[in-house]
Amino acid sequence: MASLKELKNRIASVKATQKITKAMQMVAAAKLRRAQEAAVAARPYAHRLGAVVANLAAAMAGRDDAPRLLAGTGRNDVHLLVVCTAERGLCGGFNSSIVRLAREHAASLLAAGKTVKIITVGKKGADALKRDHSDRIIDRVELREVKTVTFAIANKLQKRLLELYEAGEFDVCTLFYSEFKSVINQIPTAKQLLPVKADASAATSESSYEFEPDEAEILETMLPRYIAVELFTALLENAAGEMGAKMTAMDNATRNAGDMIDRLSITYNRTRQAKITTELVEIISGAEAL
Amino acid sequence: MATFKFELVSPERLILSIDADQVDLPGSEGDFGVLAGHAPFLTTLKTGIIAVKAGGVSSRIYVRGGFADVNAAGLSVLAEKAVPESEFDPTVAAAELVVAETVLAEAKTEEARDDAIAALDQVKTAVAALA
Repeated sequence: MASLKELKNRIASVKATQKITKAMQMVAAAKLRRAQEAAVAARPYAHRLGAVVANLAAAMAGRDDAPRLLAGTGRNDVHLLVVCTAERGLCGGFNSSIVRLAREHAASLLAAGKTVKIITVGKKGADALKRDHSDRIIDRVELREVKTVTFAIANKLQKRLLELYEAGEFDVCTLFYSEFKSVINQIPTAKQLLPVKADASAATSESSYEFEPDEAEILETMLPRYIAVELFTALLENAAGEMGAKMTAMDNATRNAGDMIDRLSITYNRTRQAKITTELVEIISGAEAL
Repeated sequence: MATFKFELVSPERLILSIDADQVDLPGSEGDFGVLAGHAPFLTTLKTGIIAVKAGGVSSRIYVRGGFADVNAAGLSVLAEKAVPESEFDPTVAAAELVVAETVLAEAKTEEARDDAIAALDQVKTAVAALA
């Protein structure tokens, strides 16, 4: 049985922890709102660009002069996994579920005899993957200094990817991130980035479009931007998801701390009462002995 | 006068959504104007200025890295950077020039350098027009 003093210290420390988790939860809630607004505000652009690219891709289908970004390298040997995670932990299973999906994907590719290369975005993914894939990580992007995700970041990443692609460093690129469904629900998602797979259902079937310059040239400028937007969307969804997950995790932690304090208080009071009873018994039996 | 829907979108947000009478755009193969009932048309835009006339009010918007999509639903312009004239101050102009100059400095091939020089000229012209 722990002494009264020990119990008291323990209660004080759990209370301090609870205060911290409570504060973190509130910070996450505020950040979540901003991140969510940013993610929603970015949707019109992504949506329209998706439709335009789908239109163009449909017009280009089966043509020989389709850009390499759309047609692929004609091989399927080297796979690049871009794993986007958060910079910080303390957000429940958010990071580990993205990493798990990426790891499963990598395992099945390796089993099929493909070469796997990995680029991590965010520190947590790099930390988790370096254990069994350290030699496959070719680059790490850290967003530690970044407060709000801007398009420029996604654009830089896009340029880096396309450089590697042009240099023939990989054939297929898959993006891993967490789709933000709601505060309590984030779905780890794998999305093929390269070669570009246009969503055919997004195409508005207007066959009488006039293009200036021609389709191939427009696609040439549009596809890099499309990839940047995909990355941007992933980063924004991740930012919102991280905050949502953090909020839920911290809410649970605060509640657990509360339960713990209750239990410890009961033990503390019982111990105190037992001690008083023992003392009383000692006094009474001492008086009787006289 | 018949109007049509004009939307201006940047990756970060929807900047403008109005019913316009006429919009003049800097197409990469030449400037063009859009009125209601324009034929479906898709083009890339060069860095420059979009002029919008809506309900007798005209306004100007600086755009970089965009393209225009005209269809039955209206005109949508998707631009990497779009700044309305009212918000276009010397700091924005300076930042835009820096962006264009960095591209030029990083250009490796002769072709890329030509493109970068053309892009820088476009920014300069646009900045001069708005100043």
